[in-house]
Amino acid sequence: MDTVEKIVEDFASDIALSPFSSGTSLREMIRAIRACKTAAEERAVVRRECAAIRTAISENEPELRHRNMAKLMFIHMLGYPTHFAQMECLKLIAAAGYPEKRVGYLGLMLLLDERQEVLMLVTNSLKQDLNHTNQFIVGLALCALGNICSAEMARDLSPEVERLMRSREVNTKKKAALCSIRIARKVPDLAENFMGLAASLLKEKHHGVLISAIQLCTELCKASRDALEYLRKNCIEGLVRILRDVSNSSYAPEYDVSGIVDPFLHIRVLKLLRILGQGDADCSEYMNDILAQVATKTESNKNAGNAILYECVQTIMGIEATSGLRVLAINILGRFLSNRDNNIRYVALNMLMRAIAVDALAVQRHRTTILECVKDADASIRKRALELVYLLVNDTNVKPLTKELIDYLNIADPDFIGDLTVMICSIVEKFSQEKLWYLDQMFKVLSLAGNHVKDDICHALIVVLSNTAEFQGYSVRSLYKALQSYGKQGSLVRVAVWCIGEYGEMLVNNVGMLDREEPIKVTESDAVGAVEFALSRYSADVTTGAMCLVALLKLSSRFPSTSERVKQIVAQNKENVVLELQQRSIEFTSIIQRHQSIRSSLLERMPVLDEASYLVKRATATQTTISADKLAPAVTPGSLKLPNGVAKPTSAPLADLLDLSSDGAPASTVASTTTPNDFLQDLLGIGGVSSSTTGVTSTASTDILMDLLSIGSSPSQNGTPVTDFRHPGQESKPVPAVPEAIDLLGSLSPAETKPTPVVPQDMDLLDGLSSNTSVSGLENTTHPSITAFQSATLKITFDFKRKPGNPRVTTIHATFTNLTSSTFTDFIFQAAVPKFIQLRLDPASGNTVPANGNGSVTQGLNVTNNQQGQIIVELAYAHTSYLLAFFNLHVLPYPTPFPSMCL
Amino acid sequence: MINFVLLISRQGKVRLTKWYSPYTQKERTKVIRELSGLILTRGPKLCNFVEWRGYKVVYRRYASLYFCMCIDADDNELEVLEIIHHFVEILDRYFGSVCELDLIFNFHKAYYILDEILIAGELQESSKKNVARLIAAQAC
Repeated sequence: MDTVEKIVEDFASDIALSPFSSGTSLREMIRAIRACKTAAEERAVVRRECAAIRTAISENEPELRHRNMAKLMFIHMLGYPTHFAQMECLKLIAAAGYPEKRVGYLGLMLLLDERQEVLMLVTNSLKQDLNHTNQFIVGLALCALGNICSAEMARDLSPEVERLMRSREVNTKKKAALCSIRIARKVPDLAENFMGLAASLLKEKHHGVLISAIQLCTELCKASRDALEYLRKNCIEGLVRILRDVSNSSYAPEYDVSGIVDPFLHIRVLKLLRILGQGDADCSEYMNDILAQVATKTESNKNAGNAILYECVQTIMGIEATSGLRVLAINILGRFLSNRDNNIRYVALNMLMRAIAVDALAVQRHRTTILECVKDADASIRKRALELVYLLVNDTNVKPLTKELIDYLNIADPDFIGDLTVMICSIVEKFSQEKLWYLDQMFKVLSLAGNHVKDDICHALIVVLSNTAEFQGYSVRSLYKALQSYGKQGSLVRVAVWCIGEYGEMLVNNVGMLDREEPIKVTESDAVGAVEFALSRYSADVTTGAMCLVALLKLSSRFPSTSERVKQIVAQNKENVVLELQQRSIEFTSIIQRHQSIRSSLLERMPVLDEASYLVKRATATQTTISADKLAPAVTPGSLKLPNGVAKPTSAPLADLLDLSSDGAPASTVASTTTPNDFLQDLLGIGGVSSSTTGVTSTASTDILMDLLSIGSSPSQNGTPVTDFRHPGQESKPVPAVPEAIDLLGSLSPAETKPTPVVPQDMDLLDGLSSNTSVSGLENTTHPSITAFQSATLKITFDFKRKPGNPRVTTIHATFTNLTSSTFTDFIFQAAVPKFIQLRLDPASGNTVPANGNGSVTQGLNVTNNQQGQIIVELAYAHTSYLLAFFNLHVLPYPTPFPSMCL
Repeated sequence: MINFVLLISRQGKVRLTKWYSPYTQKERTKVIRELSGLILTRGPKLCNFVEWRGYKVVYRRYASLYFCMCIDADDNELEVLEIIHHFVEILDRYFGSVCELDLIFNFHKAYYILDEILIAGELQESSKKNVARLIAAQAC
């Protein structure tokens, strides 16, 4: 029974709200919506109402129209679509009655904006209403026009508005004046039509008209230079008189705001005076007295009075004021700054930012108070104060200021640390006269807020470190110590790990002790342990992980005794799911295991980074980002704001990498002749250029450091030769069925630059590793030529000829083609084979490979195979533009489809 | 110039919006959401200004309602506080100690009053008596 009753009840309530009943009133609808307990219920009510209104619209019932419009406005405010009612607004506006028009105009302003084309349809109704005899209807039209008119409407209706400014009704006059502001904003050309009218309105007594007219004058000055000159000439006296009158007038209840007569009028006159006095000594002179009067006489115990004082100070700072007046203004700001009201302090800081241009010394006097504001509980105040502090820093006060700010990092609000860190870094970089001071501050910031230090700042620090040999020992020890206590700070870990890798021996041996330093005892295994710990802790972060691996690799060479341990740690990452770490791990293991001879030279210190060119590049990069960052119109001091994840800034750091070449770096023994672009390619991978370059350019600046240290990128290209560092003479044990190519730096062993050929016997050539199976059919034939090696820089092709009668001897004719745009000089090619094969290299046709594939160098190889079996030839080449190629060594212990030769 | 006026309840419900600069419907919703998040979470003793997208939003809380006005960066924040208070006082006189419910059921009247105080994002009338008189004259 209950359920039946309930259904009947529900049905009844549905009928009550249905469109077929007489409809609900606005009040009932609001009540119904407010009674809804869930969003779904609310949607249902709104849907019902909207359906009813649509029906009413289609049935064209004029008597319900304004009630429906009122409902729709409420529905609109709740965020539901109401576009179907736009035409209803126009119909209401076109109606004769005042109540309809009023609702129609309100709907127009609420539901439409100037960009909707429907708005154009209302122009004619507006024009009629502007010419109406009823001042309130005129007022409605002016209000609507002032709030939403478009440029076209402004042009069409401007003559009506001008006429209405001459009206006898004050209500119409002030509305018309405000409406003209919108017109002047939309169509600045029309501004001059209004300047005479605006000036004449300044003679009125009514405050509403005065305020509107003054605002119009202000807008006209912005829109037109002529209007500014006109008003300077004709209105300055009138304005000063208005200000004097309102400032001197005794109690006026109608305009009184906490004991002050019409602060709104005060403020608007002061603002216009500022525009008129700016850069005009005569005008400024004329208003000096009244400004002094306002500045001294205004009560400052209430917000209204302070608002006037604030505007007055701004005007004094803006015009060509006398020095006495400026002192007065600065004093007011000082008072504001020590006020306990946060609002007042906020505006004081805001104002001091502008005052700094006028009187920097006076602002400096408030430094302590400003620093206190940086530590305020209020985010708005902190932000203002921090920007101000940045402007206050100079060579003399930078040290105490930085100390204060860094101390504050300890206790700052987590949300604020980011901004604060950026600002401190920027100050420290900008004002670092002493390297040691700079390093110390950076270490402190890294320790306290390392998670907020941007990568470009870390990179800059590393560039500096690399250039200051005298502090490298100190730095690595400081960072090691910091790492022990602040291991959670990401950037600190990266910089510290980098330094330990590079300058590990300085850490252990206490090299380059400074006087103030206490010697610390760090063993080789401690150093490795620190990096190992960082690696285990930051295994999720690819960049840090990769840097740790590089550091470990370097340590294995610095401290041979730890080599075995390093190998184990590195090997743990062989199965890492992150490809980058896995690859590095595998490559590095191979270096440690099998390339003892060249390891120490391979893992020498990074060449000194070129500071000057880095700074230039960074500056240009940040400029681009700042100009791109248009969304932040507020002053962004510190040119360090890098937008997150923008690819742009990477270009500069990448370019830095390239510059390594031109430094005459200590590690290099061969001078470079290539252009930076080639180096980029070189650094990013001989074999895997395609994958690695794209990888780098698309990643954000976080990769900067990684790139810097990049040893090898993804091996992706088929046929990527495996590089190896063996000299032919050292070849002792047969290499397993893993084909490898040797990347050989001729410069490392100058004695061996002349190829020492070994004579091979037989050879056959097949692609891939399955070669053993398909040999027989290929005997005694001349095989098609193959590409033995190809990278983005170099291509090696082999042509084969088997000696008739002696199947074990094969002659290989190698052709080298340079694919880059720069010439390779001192080109050397070498090959190594297992013991059972003999190899003889003929002299090459030349040692210079022309650029862009224009010509090539050829060289003969005679291979004699003494056994039946696969011939393995390891290839190596070197030339001067490959100075840094060893940074990119690819040692792939797993089989790659490299052309192998077999019998 | 005042770019827009917002009245938001403490629960984040919009009670009045007035846009003097063009914003599309989508942007309006976004702005309201962003600003509610910024303003409603601020503590009571903090200053009444929030920097937002290069503008400043001046807000003031009256009981459960936040009155917010978005102004240009170089406008006088302290004065905008007075404008807000001016508006509230006029509402108070009209409704007789105004409360949130008055503004919900008579939202259109709040708009009419605001239209007598601001046009084109600029102040129109500094006399509360004048506004009251004009509103009374147009009563229907």
